[in-house]
Amino acid sequence: MAQPNNGVSSAVTHTQPLWLLAEVTYRCPMHCAFCYNPTDYDKHTQNELTTEQWIQALRDARKLGAIQLGISGGEPLLRDDIEDIVIEAKKLGYYSNLITSGVGLTEQRIQALKDGGLDHIQLSMHDITEDINNFITNTKTFQLKQKVAAMIKSHGYPMVLNVVIHRYNIGHMKEILEMAEALGADYIELANTQYYGWSLINRSQLMPTKEQVDEAEAITNTFRANPNNKMKIFFVVPDYYSDRPKKCMNGWGEVFMIVTANGDVLPCHSARSLPNMKFPNVRDSDLGWSWKESPAFTKYRGTSWMKEPCSSCSEKENDLGGCRCQAFLLTGDAEAADPVCSKSPHRHLIDKAIEDARNPVFSEQPIVFRNDKNSKRVIAGELNDRLDEFHSLP
Amino acid sequence: MDNKIEHADVYTLAHHHRFQWEEAQQNYVILFPEGMVKLHGGAGEVLKRLDGKATVGDVVADLKATFPDADDIESDIIGMFELAVSKGWLRKI
Repeated sequence: MAQPNNGVSSAVTHTQPLWLLAEVTYRCPMHCAFCYNPTDYDKHTQNELTTEQWIQALRDARKLGAIQLGISGGEPLLRDDIEDIVIEAKKLGYYSNLITSGVGLTEQRIQALKDGGLDHIQLSMHDITEDINNFITNTKTFQLKQKVAAMIKSHGYPMVLNVVIHRYNIGHMKEILEMAEALGADYIELANTQYYGWSLINRSQLMPTKEQVDEAEAITNTFRANPNNKMKIFFVVPDYYSDRPKKCMNGWGEVFMIVTANGDVLPCHSARSLPNMKFPNVRDSDLGWSWKESPAFTKYRGTSWMKEPCSSCSEKENDLGGCRCQAFLLTGDAEAADPVCSKSPHRHLIDKAIEDARNPVFSEQPIVFRNDKNSKRVIAGELNDRLDEFHSLP
Repeated sequence: MDNKIEHADVYTLAHHHRFQWEEAQQNYVILFPEGMVKLHGGAGEVLKRLDGKATVGDVVADLKATFPDADDIESDIIGMFELAVSKGWLRKI
């Protein structure tokens, strides 16, 4: 079954960028506490690629074999050229997906997107309650999302809902699934929060307990087992509660490529958090070279970069050592084993994070919402204390 | 779900699924929200014959005529239909 993080069947592992994620803007009307976007995104809001540059990137990626296209952000609909991008995507043979909060999706735009050949829309939902939806996103968007869900359905699109799971909504799993079913959803992604970007800053505020995660998974399995429920469920596992790391992105530079708002070409969403890396940019680098040969894409491809305990591990092909960004963010060493792994000498950092999330002193600290003001504070170094306090960074 | 494949049945792609040739991969694929299936040669030959009118029997007959040297392809074709229906890639019309 496909994983939401890579969007392609796990059977397909040859090195073509089958999945292209176009993060067309970092501007966003939502301020979600769990956003994985870079906390310094404010640096990248003034130099977005033009429509022509996006179209060229789409053409170049298609030649390399990209076929699933995600148009994401930020909120992609803040750009007024999504319709043009969709028309080109259709012409090129992509299966295209608009990943949206729903803000800015009008009848007129959804019709234009449909006419242009957009294949599906993935709508983010947050909870069954207006209070929690509005709290975690720091917006008043609950009613709007219900309306947009109906609009997506009425235009004959498959309904794909994405719900990021955290402490505030994990207790409503059954109700969330029932809501999705009632809205006529065809697919729902229950994406347990992964801790990068804003969600890392807010980790102690967002992380559910092991008991909550187990219960949520049990409810999901019961729902799946009921033959009357036709909706397909993707459950993104919360890796902190596993003893083996995730095979992040299905491998570095294996099937997934991101082009960011300013044109950087990345193998994963948070790769720019790694030190001493220079990522290619579509403005001045050939996309084929970027994917196949650039130092950034070859650096962690395969297993040859590994050191112990990964390099001699019998399971190294299963998970490729886990996530490079998580290894760096938590241990300070991008080549360390992902600390989620019980064989990692840093596993205690994960256990400490789990403990911190139960500590009321930490967990009751205010959430740092994703917004321009807080991003400027991050750039100015004002939130370093917060990271030092909450996380066991070196 | 009853997945018994009958010769008189007509199948087509499930809603929101797309079937196309991928030049870069040199094979056919089925695309759908959040996923893709790469089809080996035989499966691609079956899928491309589903025009909304051809019955399973028509597909079998056409493939037998196209590949006269292949042994017992009928059971392979039926197996392919069973798999595709159970995975939700095809629907009966």
